Amino acid sequence: MPTKTRSHEAHDLPFWRKYIFSTDHKVIGIQYAITGLLFLLFGFGLIMLIRWQLAYPAKPLPWIGHLFHQKTMIGGIMLPEFYNQLGAMHGTIMVFLGVVPLAVGGFGNFLVPLQIGAPDMAFPKLNMISYWVYFIGGVVMFASFFLPDGAAQSGWTSYAPLSIITTGQTAWLLGMVFLITSSLLGAVNFLTTIIQLRTEGLTFFRLPFFVWAQFVTSFLLLLAFPPLEAAAVFQLMDRLADTSFFMPSGLVVSGKVLEVSGGGNPILWQHLFWFLAHPEVYVLVLPAMGIVAEIIACNTRKPLYGYNSLVGSVLFIGFMSFIVWAHHMFLTNMGTKMSAFFQITTMIISIPSIIILTMLILSLWGGSIRFTVPMLFAAAFLPMFGIGGLTGLPLGLAASDIHLHDTYYVIGHFHYVVAPGTLFALFAGVYHWYPKATGRKLSEFLGKVHFWLSFPLINGIFMPMFLQGLAGVSRRLYDPNQFLHGQPIQPLNVFISYCAWGLALAQIPFIINFFGSLIWGKKVDANPWHATTLEWAAPSPPPHGNFLEPVTAYRDPYEYSVPGREKDFWPQHLED
Amino acid sequence: MEEIKYGWWLPPDISTHGWEIDRLIYIIHGVMLVLFVGWIFFYIDALIRFRARPGHKAQYKIDHFKLPKIAEVGVALFEAVLLIAFSFPVFYKVRNAEAMPARGEALEVRVIAEQFAWNFHYPGGDSLFGKTAPELVSAVNPVGLDVNDPAGKDDLVMINQFHIPVNKPVIAHLSSKDVIHSFFIPVMRVKQDVIPGMVVPTWFQAKQTGNFEISCAQLCGLGHYRMRGFFTVDSEEDFKKWFDENKPVPPAPEPAAGETETQPVVAVAQAAPAPAAVTTTEGLPGVDPGEPASAH
Repeated sequence: MPTKTRSHEAHDLPFWRKYIFSTDHKVIGIQYAITGLLFLLFGFGLIMLIRWQLAYPAKPLPWIGHLFHQKTMIGGIMLPEFYNQLGAMHGTIMVFLGVVPLAVGGFGNFLVPLQIGAPDMAFPKLNMISYWVYFIGGVVMFASFFLPDGAAQSGWTSYAPLSIITTGQTAWLLGMVFLITSSLLGAVNFLTTIIQLRTEGLTFFRLPFFVWAQFVTSFLLLLAFPPLEAAAVFQLMDRLADTSFFMPSGLVVSGKVLEVSGGGNPILWQHLFWFLAHPEVYVLVLPAMGIVAEIIACNTRKPLYGYNSLVGSVLFIGFMSFIVWAHHMFLTNMGTKMSAFFQITTMIISIPSIIILTMLILSLWGGSIRFTVPMLFAAAFLPMFGIGGLTGLPLGLAASDIHLHDTYYVIGHFHYVVAPGTLFALFAGVYHWYPKATGRKLSEFLGKVHFWLSFPLINGIFMPMFLQGLAGVSRRLYDPNQFLHGQPIQPLNVFISYCAWGLALAQIPFIINFFGSLIWGKKVDANPWHATTLEWAAPSPPPHGNFLEPVTAYRDPYEYSVPGREKDFWPQHLED
Repeated sequence: MEEIKYGWWLPPDISTHGWEIDRLIYIIHGVMLVLFVGWIFFYIDALIRFRARPGHKAQYKIDHFKLPKIAEVGVALFEAVLLIAFSFPVFYKVRNAEAMPARGEALEVRVIAEQFAWNFHYPGGDSLFGKTAPELVSAVNPVGLDVNDPAGKDDLVMINQFHIPVNKPVIAHLSSKDVIHSFFIPVMRVKQDVIPGMVVPTWFQAKQTGNFEISCAQLCGLGHYRMRGFFTVDSEEDFKKWFDENKPVPPAPEPAAGETETQPVVAVAQAAPAPAAVTTTEGLPGVDPGEPASAH
């Protein structure tokens, strides 16, 4: 490993090469993480507006309502088309610009080379390009709100023909092409890095579980995204060049026969979209599971229970996630045989998820659990992901899906997986690795305030949605009170909205902590948590090239509380 | 007709098949609850029992747990039971073409969705749908019915008003003029995507009269939230009365009353050839048993 020569290069670089157009995986990881966090905040802000409309339909938004352009709100009252824009862009931003960039681009970039003892990613320049392509995609998405037609308003799923005949979609498609390209570049880089750059002694079965999770995630991105990239180009052509990939013949829109060549099929879009978007769910979840596994091992002071089962399950999930996609489409008139196939695969994929969750819970048994802030978030991930997973079952069975499909039950289900699930894991990761990235610890007190406010509030948001869904309230309704079955349950919408606004306030301690601790955070040494994996062998923060001298892995990743040793942790890189 | 009560739980069910869907929802939630409570007790116990405290040390390797393997095999078996005993049969019954009621027995209706309304096209006494074409769609003719087609003369087209008789199977042929919608009647446990370019049949049977509503369950544009239809289950007499009250006024006489097709008509869905003697709406759709079934 050319570690030494690399660490000297860094001193000669000008500011813009070192911190802006950097090829250092740590700087790129931090760029991804901060951009991702900002987009999460922005996407959360969009839903704050939606929550006002849902709690108090057609009432003017107080204080800030008059600041909005009259194409979005009139006298502070939100227009339905703006509501649809907010909904579509909330989904798009949270998934493609928030969680994935933070989980894969941020944590993956920062940690994978460190955890495998490498000086950098395999292709540093490709890594830099991947970030900047993502950045352009983000700018396109963000700017689309300010275009004359506004942002996309056909849902993050962009079902044709609505997405083809509605305004705002072109910018969304262009943005997606950038985001997908960025993910593909990143995925190739991760795979090569993990296969080629593992340091001496670090066999595949000595890898930290987080690296395994990133490895499978990269395969998912690499194989699932190209169909959506093709589909996005098709849809762009349908909009701009009057092709009819997704447009059937004989459409009559607003009383006029639509002038298209026709012969296309709107269901084709759904297949191409969900062929990506189901594996994408695992792209959102697997890195989170990886982070939680690391933090649980470190804070229970014992090895993970069933490491081999965890690795086997994550590989199996990766494979299975490519053959479950049509369970999003049970109501599209697919045959009963086809639906039987996708119901069976859906039930099968629930098994490895249950195994992973079980192994992580069993890992608590026999430990000596330190309730640090990262551990609080990681521990909370387990029951939250459990609820998210279990509520997938009634949706995965076509018969019960008939009633629950496209209701708030679905919203509750996938938010439990991604919000109190993945996002809590990502917060855990920020608290856990912040000392490595900055050399300072985040405030324990502010962290606990952040956790104990966020945990009840986020449940207050998503738990009532299961009741709304059972009551038959459809998603994406500008005003659910238009329907009789939406009226008695309306008080829940008010409750949910107050929880959501409370949750926004609960993030203030985190924001203060995140920036403030750069100045007043307690300074730490290389290994403040007494952890075992290789990233803690590098200084905090690690210099360009990461390790002061090449590291070798001598043992399994989680050798905590080994009998007969003085200390309760035995780092991977120490020969003795 | 009694007032329908909606609440914080599943809506009332007035369909003949809905109890099977509800039963599955109850069973699966019961098991989810058992699993979750089991997990959470173990989890909280572990968090308390193994908290870090002076004098407590972590155990390097714990004994192998047998319970998870048993629990996982149990869950897998249970999922198999849910699939085979509950989900497959219900979905087959509701969705499979072979399981649909025979055409003579059921009232057939075309449901044509558009931004942001539901059109209902009843075939009338002859049980035959008149020809329709996209070119003929206008404000007064929302489904583009060809007035020159004899099969269409007795057809009834209603906007946002869907009446069906109680205790009689109904086959709804769903299609869309523009974008994807989803035909959702909460009290009937009916939900089916409506896809442009396709005609999707779905069937159901009501066992109680009353006034209910139809909602659109798939985002279809800025008016999605107000795409509400009125759904009325009538007694057989009331249904007949309603149909007669609304039955179409014969259109202005035209010389070539449908015998020769003078105008170029691109039929979206071709109706079967008209029987020899087609009169006006004497009877109700599907009321005369036997006769029309073979025509399709």
